[in-house]
Amino acid sequence: MSDTTAATESTWRTMRRGLALSPELRTGLGGTIALALVAMVGRAVVPVAIQQGIDRGLAAEDGPDLGVVGAVVAVTAAILAVTTLCGYLMMRRLFTVSETALAGIRTRTFRHVHDLSMLHQQSERRGSLVSRVTSDIDQVSQFLQWGGVILLINGGQVVVTAVVMSVYSWQLTLVVLAAFVPAVIVIRAFQRRLAGAYGVVRQRTGAMLAAVSETVVGAPVIRAYGVSGRIARRLDETIDQHRVAQQRAIRTSVTSFSVGEIATGLALAAVVVLGVRLGVDGSMTIGQLTAFLFLVTLFVQPVQIATEVLNEAQNAIAGWRRVLDVLDVAPDVADPGEKGRDLPAGPIDVRFADVAYAYPAGNGERGPNVLSDVTLEIPAKTRVAVVGETGGGKTTFAKLLTRLMDPTRGEVQLSGVPLTDVRFESLRRRVVMVPQDGFLFDTTVGDNVRFGRPSLTDGELSAAFTDLGLADWVDGLPAGLDTPVGERGEALSVGERQLVALARAYVADPDLLVLDEATSAVDPATEVRLQRTLEAVTRGRTTVAIAHRLSTAQAADEVIVVDKGRVVQRGPHAELLRDPGSVYALLFASWLEQTR
Amino acid sequence: MRILGYAIREQPRIFTVAVAGSLVFGLVTIASAYVVGAIVGEVAAPAVTAGRVDVSLLALGAATLFGISVVKVVGIFGRRLGAGFMQYRLQASYRRRVTRRYLDLPLSWHQRHATGTLLSNANSDVEAAWYPIAPLPFAVGTVLMLLAAMGSLFVTDWVLALVGLTIFPALFALNVVYSRRMAPRQALAQQLRAEVSAIAHESFDGALVVKTMGREAPETERFAGRAGELRDALIGVGRLRGVFDPLLETLPSLGTLAILLVGAARLSQGAITVTELVSVAFLFTVLAFPVRAIGWVLAELPRSVAGWDRLVRVLEATGEMAYGRTELDRRGGAPATLTFDRVSYAYPTGDDDRPGQPVLHDVSFTVPAGRTVALVGPTGSGKSTIASLAVRLVDPSSGTVDLDGVDVRDLAADSLAGTVALVAQVPFVFDDTVRANISLDRSGIGDEDVWAALRLAEADGFVARLPEALDTMVGERGTSLSGGQRQRLTLARALAGRPRLLVLDDATSAVDPRVEAAILAALRDPGAGSGGGSGTGTSILVVAYRRATIALADEVVYVEHGRVVARGSHQALLADVPGYASLVTAYERAEAEREREKPYESDDAAATSPTAQRSEVTP
Repeated sequence: MSDTTAATESTWRTMRRGLALSPELRTGLGGTIALALVAMVGRAVVPVAIQQGIDRGLAAEDGPDLGVVGAVVAVTAAILAVTTLCGYLMMRRLFTVSETALAGIRTRTFRHVHDLSMLHQQSERRGSLVSRVTSDIDQVSQFLQWGGVILLINGGQVVVTAVVMSVYSWQLTLVVLAAFVPAVIVIRAFQRRLAGAYGVVRQRTGAMLAAVSETVVGAPVIRAYGVSGRIARRLDETIDQHRVAQQRAIRTSVTSFSVGEIATGLALAAVVVLGVRLGVDGSMTIGQLTAFLFLVTLFVQPVQIATEVLNEAQNAIAGWRRVLDVLDVAPDVADPGEKGRDLPAGPIDVRFADVAYAYPAGNGERGPNVLSDVTLEIPAKTRVAVVGETGGGKTTFAKLLTRLMDPTRGEVQLSGVPLTDVRFESLRRRVVMVPQDGFLFDTTVGDNVRFGRPSLTDGELSAAFTDLGLADWVDGLPAGLDTPVGERGEALSVGERQLVALARAYVADPDLLVLDEATSAVDPATEVRLQRTLEAVTRGRTTVAIAHRLSTAQAADEVIVVDKGRVVQRGPHAELLRDPGSVYALLFASWLEQTR
Repeated sequence: MRILGYAIREQPRIFTVAVAGSLVFGLVTIASAYVVGAIVGEVAAPAVTAGRVDVSLLALGAATLFGISVVKVVGIFGRRLGAGFMQYRLQASYRRRVTRRYLDLPLSWHQRHATGTLLSNANSDVEAAWYPIAPLPFAVGTVLMLLAAMGSLFVTDWVLALVGLTIFPALFALNVVYSRRMAPRQALAQQLRAEVSAIAHESFDGALVVKTMGREAPETERFAGRAGELRDALIGVGRLRGVFDPLLETLPSLGTLAILLVGAARLSQGAITVTELVSVAFLFTVLAFPVRAIGWVLAELPRSVAGWDRLVRVLEATGEMAYGRTELDRRGGAPATLTFDRVSYAYPTGDDDRPGQPVLHDVSFTVPAGRTVALVGPTGSGKSTIASLAVRLVDPSSGTVDLDGVDVRDLAADSLAGTVALVAQVPFVFDDTVRANISLDRSGIGDEDVWAALRLAEADGFVARLPEALDTMVGERGTSLSGGQRQRLTLARALAGRPRLLVLDDATSAVDPRVEAAILAALRDPGAGSGGGSGTGTSILVVAYRRATIALADEVVYVEHGRVVARGSHQALLADVPGYASLVTAYERAEAEREREKPYESDDAAATSPTAQRSEVTP
């Protein structure tokens, strides 16, 4: 029993948390409940009319009195008209309020996910984060529209019919309850099993979708290795397991529903036996007995339907909880907002003071430092290259510099302002990073370049490509700037995507440009050409280039050599080469070997 | 309706069970109304009047009521289990068919369809197509039940039957109108849900770009706009429900009232008995709910049709890449010869008749057995397309690609996969263990071979350090790997199959140059490697930029704008082909230029005193 209480508690907690986060859900709640109460009365009014019609009209002393029956029917019809109208108004209010609140939560979660650093730190979790703003909220919405209303009305129906029943006969009401108490206990037990069964279904759905997704995304590999047999087996397995889980769930569900049906039969039989005796005693009229039989049916229906709906409710609550859990995560890199400062105008200089960084380990602690003891200054308007072996901490350096992450120790300053004090609006406008993976949105080349500055005209875009020496490349595209780039830019080659990403950063006109291996997939001739033009166009700005290819280092004013998480050397290319045993000299020798 | 026909034809037995169950349920429901009527009229009323109970009759009545419930349960089991099993089986069967098509259809087809669309085809479209199956047997049973109920009404009293004749069709009509009105609203909401999801997918995929350019607010606006449209659509759906649900609820109640009124008149005329009146009134109450099942089927039909249409588009998609039957002689694993003969290729368009943008023109070259050929060319010149053609991921628009003199289109699938291996530019790792990612369950690849391949790809070190070595889960829900690690894993996957031709599409760009050189040297000369490998070397086609990689090649094929501009040794091309020379010597020339400019800048350089800076850095 204790686990159920825990579950109920956490359900309540989820609802409280949810309501606290979307106070708009309470808008006009009182009115909606009042309307719902009136609408519920409509459910019990017909049996009462039958009782009145039979006792006062049909069984009147001097034969059936049609006038009384007519009056009863007219009054009941009028009540039904009112309750129907209230039902309409109640649903209208409920849907408007709930959908508005859910749309608000959806948008807020979307923004919150963008504010979290999970997205770029754990790219694997993107898929599940998407479902936070889609299917999870859809589940809540679908539940409110369908099951929620049923639950609300039916809950009321149970109460209203119970009250009317007890007015007619408390003895019979007790009998009905006695028949139902065991049923409710059994149904509750089933409910728990059912929750488990549906949990398995959800899990299997996830596994199945993962398998399908792999089939679609991995199509080239599957084809190239001729392993479609293996994939097909895996698909069949997950599809079948999903089906088996569904079948198990429905079997439990039907069994639980049947318990309710049996209880109905039991209650009806008991009511008939005892009711007739009460009738003979004179403590119940024939009309009341008839009405009671109708009421029992009305009393049972909601209990049965509720078992079905409660599954949906559990899904919806689980979805809601997942959304709230995301919203509860505080952004680890927070915008200082109003309290923050803008970067001073003019070229930007960089200062790292005793900076260290360690990625969070799963257990809430930090892993080993990937970067430590970094203290350095980059004067304004210099072009700096950061080089070193893969995994040495170069990208971490770039992420700390652009405040995609905050250091675990020490401080980063731009133009003398601690990075944590800089308002994001100012930071993102003045500091732009070009990541290695040149992600493009599914639109045209031109719109992708325009991403940072939507106001740019086609003429300005063309001019930007000309500045970068890429006019030829744009002219070679099937539709120039209007060429669609496909999903994630996949209609272009990896190198071409990098060209577009570079142009996108260039038109954003930053004062500090950070290039994280931004031209790693471009051919050498284009890269060298780009470098020359970048030198020209970034004159007057500060540029930090994370480089895999040492040609970048040769062209830089200064080279920062990172090795095993530490800055081991620093200075102009020629200076660093003077010590033939240094890390840089070895890297460069290897580079020369590769390129000569 | 045709779709439901398919469904019934595919699962006739289970459908029969479900409809039978529904029918039992319906008939017993009607019977229960008459039993209640009889108990009130024949048992209760006389007893109250007489002040004495006929115990045996009362017991019979009670037992009958309970018995009816038991029979109902049997009906419910038949109907709901039948319907559910039928729905789930159909869904599973169609999911299997659709995903099988994904595996069979060529890559060019995949390229034309967005990942998201293909996922929803296999998931929500399959679900939507078979959704009406769940309430279908109930609806069919209900139609039969309504006919039976009308029949019983006429037998009871023709005037009461007229009330039924008004209410039931009205209820039915209301359901139809409701469904008709609801369908387009639901479709709109579904459409908007897909659009909201697409925006979220894209925006989260591009999160780094969004963040680094500070575009969170406009992105949120873009999302909020569509989410707002979805909200309005859902409110529209809700309002319609608000209108019809209470009406559907009220109509049967009005029917019961009408029966009471008309019945009272008929009773006073002596045309019916109290039993009959109560029976009919009860009938209206119990029938109200099942009639709505018909509405559910009707409401789901449009969605079902839309889902089905999308499924059919996949199931009937043509242009699968048929494999031939020719088996290449493995010749003891000796290297294979690859020949491109006047190959052209144009990207497919959605329309089969309209040719797409041509990307390759008359490409001819050969990778002789055991040789290494480097494919060099500027960004966007068609190198990756050539790599895809070499392993038959796509077929040429014209010309042929031969392996050991056999057109790859004539090769059996196994033979092709056993002969060639491609390592793509962007590595793909399955959501599985390291072992499974490398062996892919191909026959004859044991742990020994997996480790040998890992050693060759210089990946044995990091794999050994993984928490569970070969059993470590990697991929979407597993341990995160760096780009270089992923590349080496996919390289090992290729090597494990001991291909006779290896195609490397810039596959080592995230691997350190030193590592790359070692790998290539080991492949060229297996004796130098630490075991494994093919034993006799392999033919290699490598897309490369690095001079060291190119230097290992026996021949260079230089492409520009989709054409082979020159072929020959590195030295010859360097001397004769200006484009090639400018590409591969780009770094040297850049350095030379810098050297020339140096005298002008050296004064500045001296002024910045690098020694002082260095001391600041070294802790």
